Amino acid sequence: MFDQLDLVYMVEVFPTLLDATKVTLFLSVLALVLAFALALVLAFIRYFKIAILSPLVQLYVSFFRGTPLITQLFLVYFGIFTLNQFLTKLSPTYAVVVTLALNSGAYMSETIRASFASVDQGQIEAAESLCMSKLQYMRRIVFPQAMRVALPSLFNSLIDLIKGTSIAFTIGVTEMMACGIYEGSRQFNFFEIYLDVAIIYWILSIILSFLQRKLEKALNVYQ
Amino acid sequence: MIQIEHLYKNFGPTQVLKDINLRIEQGDVVAILGPSGTGKSTLLRCLNYLVTPTSGIITVGDVRVDAQKYRKQDVLALRKHLAMVFQNYNLFRNMTALENVAEALITVHRRPKSEAMETALKLLQKVGMEERKDFYPSKLSGGQQQRVAIARALAVNPDVILFDEPTSALDPELVGEVLRVMQELAREGSTMLVVTHEIGFARSVASRVLFMDGGEIAADGRPDEILDHPKQERIRQFLNIMEHQPISDQ
Repeated sequence: MFDQLDLVYMVEVFPTLLDATKVTLFLSVLALVLAFALALVLAFIRYFKIAILSPLVQLYVSFFRGTPLITQLFLVYFGIFTLNQFLTKLSPTYAVVVTLALNSGAYMSETIRASFASVDQGQIEAAESLCMSKLQYMRRIVFPQAMRVALPSLFNSLIDLIKGTSIAFTIGVTEMMACGIYEGSRQFNFFEIYLDVAIIYWILSIILSFLQRKLEKALNVYQ
Repeated sequence: MIQIEHLYKNFGPTQVLKDINLRIEQGDVVAILGPSGTGKSTLLRCLNYLVTPTSGIITVGDVRVDAQKYRKQDVLALRKHLAMVFQNYNLFRNMTALENVAEALITVHRRPKSEAMETALKLLQKVGMEERKDFYPSKLSGGQQQRVAIARALAVNPDVILFDEPTSALDPELVGEVLRVMQELAREGSTMLVVTHEIGFARSVASRVLFMDGGEIAADGRPDEILDHPKQERIRQFLNIMEHQPISDQ
């Protein structure tokens, strides 16, 4: 099977794919920043059980965890992005970023909420007895400790998010996967191309795992 | 200094505090004794509203807080006068000993960092922990953690320090180092409320002993009155049990 593999072509096409990887990374980084910010706010609402909002967040999380990513993308791009003229003019790239941020934000919010809860109530009582406000103790005490706990799951979500960018090809965003499809359809070298694509995704996730270990070590100083 | 009027606390149908009335003067070192589950810790926690009383009025210094109608700022004002030392130390685990002590000075009192660190270091010296200033709580023994926690409480310059069973979680051999620090504070004239099972400490350091039973103050007086000549049978029984436990004796 593998002796049919055109290794030369695999190497030749690699730079083209790497070029498209930039789009993948751009989508990922933008979606990650938005997802994390969203997740923090959602986790805050759930952690403090803020009236009215907290059950809404629960509903939101349930929906985004309970439906396929591609369905969500189509809902956003073919649904929400057709609601008015302004939205219609937006490039599909935005639809991808928004969908990934909403999806990943839902997962991350659950991770972060649980990690907030893992910080023992005693420290919070101590902070309150010293007149620290909610925002102060969340920022100074709960958040730093929670991040240590949440890190492995957050990195899982991030890897899922990067892999999730591959569905962008369905609405015509030329990221790495889409580039692979176009390139492959020229000479029907799909096996070589998709092997390359898989290798690039894999390398990205290996780099992230490495980063994760470094970060865990850094956050471990007080353990 | 502190005035408690008609303080009640219910947890669901259970009445934990029943009509507590109490006045504490500046410089008082009050040991609060009594069997488990009689509301000692709840009383202490009601004072700084870590537990919200069901009803009653608490006055500390110039701040008067009525449980039936109070604002968030009232609670903050109340807490400004008080500091608390907890049974489980409750140090901030992501901060070193020094950072723990300086934290409230920096974030709440808005002191410059260098000044806060200087104050914190002095307080660590006071509790004999300056050599461990850069240690995280996980690297300190229980006794050391509790001494840091005392320094942290002192940092905000409170009018009254509340001790909630400060030695109950400690190994017996570590109790002494914490009690010595508390004794030193008492000698300096700090006003202290100490929920404790250390009869020895109550006898030798406290200026006043409260005995709580069933959510009420069953006895209130000088240590020798309460501990050496208890009037109620209930107190005699309790002291009998406590003083036959080796850890209770210093």
